[in-house]
Amino acid sequence: MSPSPVPERPSKQFLVLDHLDKRFGDLHVTQDVSFSVAPSEILALLGPSGSGKTTVLRVIAGFETPDSGRVLVDGEDVTPLPPERRRFGIVFQHYALFPHMTVGENVAFGLEARGRKGPEVRDRVARALAAVDLAGFERRKVTEISGGQQQRVALARALAPEPRILLLDEPLSNLDPSLRERTRRELARIIRAAGITTLFVTHEQDEAFELGDRVALLHEGRLEQLGTARELYRSPATRFVAGFIGRSSVIPGVWEKATGRARLPGGAAWRAVANSNLLDGAPVDVVVRPEALTFAGARNGTAAEGRVLETRFAGHETYFSVALEGGGEVEVLAAPDAAQPGWKVFVAPLPAGPLPRAYLRETA
Amino acid sequence: MTRRVVRRNLAAALLALLLLWLVGYPLLVTLAQALEAPRWTLQHFAEFARRPEEWRALWASIWISLVTVGLAAAIGVPLAFLFERAEFPGRRVLGSLVALPVVLPPLVGVIAFLFLYGESGFVARGIQAAFRLEEPPWRLAGPAAVLLVHAYTMYVYFYLFTRAGLARLDAALLEAAAGLGARPRTVLTRVTLPLLRPALTGAALLTFMTSLASFSAPYVFGGGFRVMTTQIVASKLNGDIPAAMVETVTLAAVALIGLALLQMSETGRVVAGGGRGVAPARRQLGRSRRFVAGFGWVLAAILLLPHATLLLVSLVPRSTWTIEILPPVLNLSNYAALFSEPERLRPLVNSLWMAVAATAGALVLGFAAARLAVRGRTPLGGTLETLLAIPWALPGTVFAVALSATFSVHAPWVGRFVLVGTAAILPLGYLVRNLPLTGRAAFGGFRQLDPALDEAASSLGAGWWKRLSRVDLPLLAPALAAGASLAFLTALGDFVISIVLYTFETRPISIEILSSLRLQETGVAAAYGVVLAALSAAVFFLWGRRGDEMRTGSGLHLPH
Repeated sequence: MSPSPVPERPSKQFLVLDHLDKRFGDLHVTQDVSFSVAPSEILALLGPSGSGKTTVLRVIAGFETPDSGRVLVDGEDVTPLPPERRRFGIVFQHYALFPHMTVGENVAFGLEARGRKGPEVRDRVARALAAVDLAGFERRKVTEISGGQQQRVALARALAPEPRILLLDEPLSNLDPSLRERTRRELARIIRAAGITTLFVTHEQDEAFELGDRVALLHEGRLEQLGTARELYRSPATRFVAGFIGRSSVIPGVWEKATGRARLPGGAAWRAVANSNLLDGAPVDVVVRPEALTFAGARNGTAAEGRVLETRFAGHETYFSVALEGGGEVEVLAAPDAAQPGWKVFVAPLPAGPLPRAYLRETA
Repeated sequence: MTRRVVRRNLAAALLALLLLWLVGYPLLVTLAQALEAPRWTLQHFAEFARRPEEWRALWASIWISLVTVGLAAAIGVPLAFLFERAEFPGRRVLGSLVALPVVLPPLVGVIAFLFLYGESGFVARGIQAAFRLEEPPWRLAGPAAVLLVHAYTMYVYFYLFTRAGLARLDAALLEAAAGLGARPRTVLTRVTLPLLRPALTGAALLTFMTSLASFSAPYVFGGGFRVMTTQIVASKLNGDIPAAMVETVTLAAVALIGLALLQMSETGRVVAGGGRGVAPARRQLGRSRRFVAGFGWVLAAILLLPHATLLLVSLVPRSTWTIEILPPVLNLSNYAALFSEPERLRPLVNSLWMAVAATAGALVLGFAAARLAVRGRTPLGGTLETLLAIPWALPGTVFAVALSATFSVHAPWVGRFVLVGTAAILPLGYLVRNLPLTGRAAFGGFRQLDPALDEAASSLGAGWWKRLSRVDLPLLAPALAAGASLAFLTALGDFVISIVLYTFETRPISIEILSSLRLQETGVAAAYGVVLAALSAAVFFLWGRRGDEMRTGSGLHLPH
């Protein structure tokens, strides 16, 4: 495992996670996680199941106590504070709306808990509901409104007490796919209008890329990379990031340091980006995006021979699965009539495309 | 570890100590007395083993319980299939009426039986008159009478558990079996019954434990036929305390072995498919509709007849009914006496305040334990839950004797105080017996509550009191009300704890019923019974019905 990359430091830090570590028994769920979020920034915590992203969120919220490390908000160490004293707004995965209260009572709860009373509460509840396009919903029961409306009530409830930070745990996972995209846009609009520093957990890349100003990718409790969506896609810092973000193929190769190429088992050598300390002759995994490959007319130094196994139609282009001679399989994105299953083809990196990346192969 | 976690663990430790003192300590004291600590001798156990009457009572307890399980299953399971699978006029009303005995105090059922089927009851009098017999045609006494009462009061467990199990069955499983060519009989034996196995085992366990702990029926109808519960009370009343202690320990051991055996038989069994999908539709009966409906109504009438009898007897003034088949005079004089004479009113007041106090105490302890265990995730959570559940596994007589042994000595430095003979001992006894009811309700409620609700309230700035009062309590209210009402009913109608621990000043309704019967005041006894039954039914139907699922799912009803 490569060391955790040094987190990027935005010019101004509002929320800082400082070397967070958390174990549940023998399970090390977050390991030395550090990053910071700028004021009004929206940060997506992305990762597969079990990557520790929800634990990070729960530690920030105060529901879990870290074994070591600190959470700082605007310079204040909030780690020892219970959740009720952190002044964070949280939207839970299943919303956690109080089923025995109306929409208005749910939204008023946080205001009343902080000592607000009477007309002020009514006024702020109305404003919070209006902000999520639910004006006049105060007396509705939370069990009688749709999933999308429940999600907006949860958001209004979290935002009404004007929290310092907004935390969202898989905010869209409870919605059906048709509703998800529309709600995602609404969510982005509301959060940006509120101008609040936001951190949200998701396992959906699309969601992370669309909602997040930056994305923190977690894997097995570690922060693999933090950056914009473009940075993660174009310059994956680790083999995991390269494989997790977007579509890619992984083929074995041997690193040739002098030429900066990875030699594939069939003999072709592809120019690739690699860590500068990768030794000559080291076994590598070559990670390449489908759109970075093309079919070459004939065998040459960079074209690898292979046979088309199957195709997958994707609109104006098609994905071709190609078994390479000597081992390995790659996906090539090309015009639908570029090849047919069973055809012998030559695959080469596009000269102007993103370069393949070579990572030291980890032995099991 | 944060200060909050330390505080929570400290609270859990203190609560565990309190529960240990209430539940575990009296049992240890009983065991120590049976072993005659500090001499530590098995002499009393040896004497127990030498006496044939002890073995007879032990064996009687076991076989009566086993036969009761068989009889209760034979009545309850077919009834459940009838009411859950067939559709006929009056099904819903009859279905509720058939479950009625579960809400009535056991002693009320027993005296109702006495008035209907006893040697001077309506049925015996009628037959005696019809056939001009010199003597009543039978005496309702001995093991047959006990079994009759047990079958009548305990078939409800099989009925409720099986109905709940059938309602949870996934219709797709039965359709899959039918689609694979299985005939209805094969579907029943290969699919339905194996899937119902947990429900049937649960009912069998509850019936066995209830029967093993049964006191009212053997006490009233047993005569010379003794089971362990009546043997223990007899030994205690005769002043043979060491024998009572050994018998108590033995009965507790049998109960625990029975519980362990039944639980072992279910360990490792996986029942898939339950709880998902849609329950099978009820079959619309054709020509047999009227017959089934008629059968159902007759059955309900038979099952309700004892209680109707009780009501009738309660209207019979003292010394007005001697040799006639039906009472010649009916009026409300017994009820008037109950509510106008202070000494007759006192048992009602006693039962009410003691049941309220015991229920409130048990509710607070159960709620606190559940909150610390489920919400607080304290390491002592398992211990707290076990301590709360122990009184369920042991017969009431065991706890009555154990409490009596523990709290009749003044030794504050070892946690013993003289409470026997004071007004505190009976509510304490009821409280201990109620712990499993309130505890299970609170644990069940908390487990069903989404922990995110508490976290949401907390993140919105609510402190512990606000979270408790605005979120936990309103959401748990139905579960707590169900647990509390069952606890209240158990305490209100209790006989088994009361007969060991009551004083004249604190005598509850059940004891007064018994003494009225002894004084030949059957009308007054019946009036007490009716009041008790009416109170119980009212409490159950007002607050206890939300507990239906819990009770059928986890066997919450206490042995009596």
